[in-house]
Amino acid sequence: MCGIVGLFLKDPALEPDLGRLLADMLVVMTDRGPDSAGFAVYGGGDAGHLKVTVRGPRLDEVEDALAGIARAVRRDTHLVLSFAVSFEEQVRGWLALHRPDLVVTGSGQRIELYKEVGLPRQVADRFALPAMAGTHGIGHTRMATESAVTTDGAHPFSTGRDQCLVHNGSLSNHRSLRRRLEREGLSFVTDNDSEVAAGYISWRLREGDSLTTALEAGLEDLDGFYTFVIGTENGFAVMRDPISCKPAVMAETDRYVAFGSEYRALVGLPGIEQARIFEPEPAHAYVWERN
Amino acid sequence: MPAFDLAVTTRRELNAALHALPANTNETHWHVANPEGAHALAAGVNAPVTIEIDGHAGYYCAGMNQLATVIVNGNVGVGVAENMMSGRVHVKGDASQAAGATAHGGLLVIDGNASARCGISMKGVDIVVKGSIGPMSAFMAQAGNLVVLGDAGEALGDSLYETRIFVRGAVKSLGADCIEKELRPEHEEILTKLLLDAGVEGVSPQEFRRYGSARGLYNFHVDNASAY
Repeated sequence: MCGIVGLFLKDPALEPDLGRLLADMLVVMTDRGPDSAGFAVYGGGDAGHLKVTVRGPRLDEVEDALAGIARAVRRDTHLVLSFAVSFEEQVRGWLALHRPDLVVTGSGQRIELYKEVGLPRQVADRFALPAMAGTHGIGHTRMATESAVTTDGAHPFSTGRDQCLVHNGSLSNHRSLRRRLEREGLSFVTDNDSEVAAGYISWRLREGDSLTTALEAGLEDLDGFYTFVIGTENGFAVMRDPISCKPAVMAETDRYVAFGSEYRALVGLPGIEQARIFEPEPAHAYVWERN
Repeated sequence: MPAFDLAVTTRRELNAALHALPANTNETHWHVANPEGAHALAAGVNAPVTIEIDGHAGYYCAGMNQLATVIVNGNVGVGVAENMMSGRVHVKGDASQAAGATAHGGLLVIDGNASARCGISMKGVDIVVKGSIGPMSAFMAQAGNLVVLGDAGEALGDSLYETRIFVRGAVKSLGADCIEKELRPEHEEILTKLLLDAGVEGVSPQEFRRYGSARGLYNFHVDNASAY
């Protein structure tokens, strides 16, 4: 069992509150996933700059070594490096050479991605999620059933620039799909089936699909059960498997679109009493995008 | 009238108070405020009382109900009235998946829509949905009546036993061993009674089509006799 929450803001006035709202939603889903949690927030960013979130020990060393080219913001076990796109090769090269032990959790113009083992409340507080601003965010609380409780196994997974995915469910054909995607040039950090799903969507987007057609293609290629919530630089999407094995409820108002594994997660949102509450249909791609 | 505000008291206190009710209680009308999607509200009640929930309920609301009338002024999550034995559950909003699953008796009325697997494995309950129902509804349903004023999703009545299904709108597709059957006077009688019980007015039983089991899947086939 896992818990998923997602919040996509339409009203810019709510952007300073994104982290606070998302943190509250995440904590309500503790019952569904008490062993680890993670979230991606789409905050500020410039077109000419790249943000790379890395996770691991001895982050001071990274900060110092890259001080000349990257601005670093430290949050507990994670470090967000921001630098001009022209420095990308240099930054990634340094990381690969000097600190191969670090994990890049996500990168893009706006995404920041954090995950850790522990209760969702603790994870949210360690990274100061309540104080984060942004346009949209996705969170996940994990109850590991088939693999170890590790930070690597926590969601979200990011396999493309400004892309991330959280998953409730499990896939049966992730081994064969992984081999197919590796032949297409994708690489994976973990053995997790959800990372393969994220990679699949990244691959479809790379091949020119829209979010909608990428998710529809997944109906054919992904075998298993799933509720996915997906973030892109300007988009937010939801897809459930054809028998809607895993729960999902959504709320939409003029100000936001919100997703929760259970309605309880949505209770604290502003104006929830007037929101349109609905259950996403199975095998139907729901996509919202900002212009 | 006993009132519980779930912003102040816990769901366990509410359910414990309901479970402690004797059959001849004078506290016959209960009011629950601020449910905020909490699970298992008024589950396992076994007394002839009315419980009104003001707001949205979570999973398994009024599960295993016996004798009680549970009214939800909002939506309900997965498995409302699951395994209900008797009594009445009235949802004024929408219901999530598996509404009335495995229920043996009583009446479940949903004013809005019910999503996937409505009435799955129902065993004698009557379910009236004023809106539409989702895919795979009445899967392996065994007894009782499922009445739908709107449409039904894919694979209606798959592997059906003896539940009667009445749909007024369109059926996207029928599941294995589920077929359309003639709507005879005795079925119109059943429908008339259920529509009345559910408070539906101005709808004629003749507007419905009846679906049931082709009885090809679950009956013993004599050709298999030598296998035993």
